[in-house]
Amino acid sequence: MTSQVKSGSRAAKPGNSVLGRLSAISFMTPASIFIGVFLFIPAVWTLYLGFTNYKLTGITAAHPKIVGFANFQKALHDPQFISSFKLTLLYVLFSAILGQAILGFLLAWVLSTVKPRIRSMVELIVICAWIVPGSIVTFLWVAFLNYDNGTLNRLTGQHIFWLLHDPFLSIVVFNTWRGTAFSMLLFSAAITSIPKSHLEVARVAGATKMQQLRQIVLPSARSFIFTNLLLITLWTFNDFGPFLLTGGGPGGKTELLPIFVYNKALKYLDFSYGSAIAAIMLLMNLVLALIVIRAGRKNK
Amino acid sequence: MAILKRQKTKMIQEKTAVEKGFTGLFLALCVAFFALPLVWLFIAPWDGQPNYSIKWPSWTLTNFAEISKNPYAYKSLVNSAIFSAGSGIAVILVGAPASYVLSRVKFKGRDSFLYTLLLFSSIVTGSAAMVPLYLLALRLNILDTYQGVILILTGGLIPTAIFILKDFTDSLPRSYEESAQIFGASSFRILKDIVAPIIRPGLAVIFVWSFVQAWGNFLVPFILIRDINKQPGAVMMYSFYSDGGQPVIRQVAAFSLLYAIPVMGMYFYVNKKYGFRFYGGIKG
Amino acid sequence: MAITIQRSKSVRALLGLGVVGAIIVAGVPAVSAAAVTVGSVCPKLGAASKAGTIAVVCKDGGAQNVWTDKKVYPVSIQANAVVGGKNSAQAQWLAQYVIPNFTLEEAAKGKQVDVNFISSGADDASYKSQLALDLGAKKGPDVVNIDGFWVSEFADAGYIKPLNDVVGAKAVAAWSGWKQIPATINQVMTYNNKLYGVPAGTDGRIIYFNKTLFAKAGLPTNWQPTSWADILTTAATLKTKLPDVTPFQLNAGKDMGEATAMQGFLNFIAGTGSLIYDNKTGKWLGNTKSVRDMLNFYNDVYNVKKVGNTDWQAMAGGTGRDASFSAFANGKLAMMIEGDYEWRSVINPLTGNFKMADRDTAVGFAKIPSQTAGSGVNKQNFVSYSGGSGYIVNANSPQKGTAWELVQFLNDKGPLTASMAIGGSIRISNRTDVNNVTLATDPCLKFVFTQAIPNTFFRPANSHYNAVSTLLQQATTDVVNGGMTAAAAAAKYETALAAEVGAGNISSN
Repeated sequence: MTSQVKSGSRAAKPGNSVLGRLSAISFMTPASIFIGVFLFIPAVWTLYLGFTNYKLTGITAAHPKIVGFANFQKALHDPQFISSFKLTLLYVLFSAILGQAILGFLLAWVLSTVKPRIRSMVELIVICAWIVPGSIVTFLWVAFLNYDNGTLNRLTGQHIFWLLHDPFLSIVVFNTWRGTAFSMLLFSAAITSIPKSHLEVARVAGATKMQQLRQIVLPSARSFIFTNLLLITLWTFNDFGPFLLTGGGPGGKTELLPIFVYNKALKYLDFSYGSAIAAIMLLMNLVLALIVIRAGRKNK
Repeated sequence: MAILKRQKTKMIQEKTAVEKGFTGLFLALCVAFFALPLVWLFIAPWDGQPNYSIKWPSWTLTNFAEISKNPYAYKSLVNSAIFSAGSGIAVILVGAPASYVLSRVKFKGRDSFLYTLLLFSSIVTGSAAMVPLYLLALRLNILDTYQGVILILTGGLIPTAIFILKDFTDSLPRSYEESAQIFGASSFRILKDIVAPIIRPGLAVIFVWSFVQAWGNFLVPFILIRDINKQPGAVMMYSFYSDGGQPVIRQVAAFSLLYAIPVMGMYFYVNKKYGFRFYGGIKG
Repeated sequence: MAITIQRSKSVRALLGLGVVGAIIVAGVPAVSAAAVTVGSVCPKLGAASKAGTIAVVCKDGGAQNVWTDKKVYPVSIQANAVVGGKNSAQAQWLAQYVIPNFTLEEAAKGKQVDVNFISSGADDASYKSQLALDLGAKKGPDVVNIDGFWVSEFADAGYIKPLNDVVGAKAVAAWSGWKQIPATINQVMTYNNKLYGVPAGTDGRIIYFNKTLFAKAGLPTNWQPTSWADILTTAATLKTKLPDVTPFQLNAGKDMGEATAMQGFLNFIAGTGSLIYDNKTGKWLGNTKSVRDMLNFYNDVYNVKKVGNTDWQAMAGGTGRDASFSAFANGKLAMMIEGDYEWRSVINPLTGNFKMADRDTAVGFAKIPSQTAGSGVNKQNFVSYSGGSGYIVNANSPQKGTAWELVQFLNDKGPLTASMAIGGSIRISNRTDVNNVTLATDPCLKFVFTQAIPNTFFRPANSHYNAVSTLLQQATTDVVNGGMTAAAAAAKYETALAAEVGAGNISSN
């Protein structure tokens, strides 16, 4: 298996396709139809709703009107939106970049040096946290953080209402728990793809762990880090998970943008406002991606 | 392989005691962090009066007996399997050929195109898209059908699947395909007999990922399905609430375990059989 | 082949009479005796019986179908209820009692119906959006169970139409059940003076108190406050005498959601003599003395006298309400304002989520007082708020006639009485003749029905209500957990209210 991984550094050369035009088209057709019908149409439709005053019930459900940028203006003057916006950026920074990516990298790095049996056991547990359905995870974390005899309070001998007094910290830790598996798996692949001899040479030359990491591992893993950051920032930005834990509370302190949209759309059936926020989120995701891409180029 | 193993052993031997200590401590903390919240899932269902704390259970099956009385509980898991397997297979069948093309044919703006798809998927998997998705299903006449849910779920999953699979394919040497081409193999044969087997772990990862996403999805089946006999476990979870909105913990605990086991089992199986590993990373 | 039979409570008697079809539902009394003509219903009922514990007694099951009308009338009914899950008793009743008995009754009239129960067990907001999508697409079930609170929004959207318009005024008037339904209860399904469906029942809010704790604190066990000050004084006494007990729970804050409205501020606004929305002028209550007084009461409870638990009010997703239920069931909370749902469901010693073993002996009931005697709306001494759901006929139903027959059947005395017998699910029904019998043995429901409901109010039937309620919830959060004064919170509320309903639609003083 390792042989293919090594040659991973050989990227596809442009303009030298092994695919015929016809095959390329036929391979793309099913995906194009899917993307057109089940992705493009509903996405554009949703964005369009953001420019109307459509609600699912009430008078505007019967006679929606196009209102231009009114919903966007409303958002900019909505203190809850502003605070959700800031909260979401912090959530991405702390739980995705500092939490998932760094813990995932450390796990991958450390696990590459231990016995395969230990490695697969640890990986299994981390992956379990990733694949258990969200509706179950709610109960797991409510039990874990519960005030009366919750696991965390029992173990630390404390008596703390975690979700009440440290709601943001709680959801950051929660999302780190939930999503680290993906980063760990991706970085494991990155570390496996580094030729062992490179590390060996570095060690013989007396390089410290830090030096090995900086001079060999990080440069080789660059493209993995890029993919990872692109996906986890996007996923975390659009992550609805904490809703199941806190409902956005207490007092809106964990009302991330996806939760804000959910509350507007599903709770108050205000789909036009919800859709406008979704459009703003799309723009924000774009900006984040550009930042990631830029950072990727800089470190080249 | 043998050389590699020897190198690894050597590496381990060379570790200092301090390093070993740190490694052990770090892993122990990680295991505790990831495992502790999971404990409730395996303990609470067996207790006669479970609550939100971890306690030694009274080892009873009464919670499961209570679940069995719900005529839809087990059926919902079968439905979940249909939705998840259906979406997983559709994602692979539609996404793999496309990602192969996108890996091998370079065109201007390809990466931007891929990223735009990802952005759109974040819209359609959000709650704001509920009304358009419903109306789309209504027009296509796929409301209240299995295929409707599978198609809509697949639409939301495909961009990420293509994005990741393209990474896998990018890391695949072209020499294999080129030699196969010299021997006159068709593009389809190359994809099926050469590319697919090599990126099998990638397909496994995407299948598991799609399966897991579909397995946990509440909103799509909820808005598209009306016949309770077709509702999945994700929707069923919410029926174990009292009329005032409080979860009935006995039922929730037991059903959670039943609902979690298939998806964990599926991961075990795929991991054993095909391997569950990533390769790749965007080159740029 | 149609023959005349007599249905009675005794199945054996039925068998003895050589009946063609009869139904036994475990634990449910049969429909009141009536002479009916029954076709060969057995093949049809055989299918219906699969759902539950119904035994179809059929002497000659293979008998030929002799319907006077060969047509089959399909009719569907949807409710947010599922057997073995949410609202299980209602689902059981619909699937196992209503469907077979309605089929039988219709068969007796020579009409073959095929009833399909569309069951779900989601949270109410999700169920509502599901229904709105279906009704908006001109689809959906023929008969649907909706919260009375949604009627205005659904009507404004054109999803539902007044009952008279859907099935015809004559057909509506012809139902004998109306004279049993008090006008108050019809309000549940009324919007702009038009009735949209048949209310299924109602509820009411009262103060629950723990008599054991009251006795320990030297307070009377037949306690009935007559002013807000009475509540505060009693709570203060409890606080000094019983330091490890929370004296009072008054739902507050955004995280409690609509519970903060129904069990909280709506009652206290009404107690000052105003209503949150004035139907006559079409104005919402802005930064007024009523709102400030109400918020001041919250401030007194949580910050001045400190007789409540502020943490519960802020706990995420309404888990604080669970904490208060749990405390009350365990004798750690002395007084709380809740609906009758708490008594019949939450602390029910047999089926409750927070079983209170001594519920029947320890729990006392009191009406919610106005600010001072006679200060309430209509000069009332006491106030309460009510809600409830009802059954509507889908305006786009191809089977409106049959659907209306089903709605009438659901609200006839026999079926309604039967619904109360399932799983001890006695509630306040829409019918006086049923309530007189079923509520007689339940002290709490009797109290709510006879003491609270005569003083009750309903939430404004207006599609802005939801948003306004959220703003007031936020105002209580600002006071209880946000350190704001009542005046500041009320001013902030009015600014947000103006953005929501328009500055011209607000009354302030």
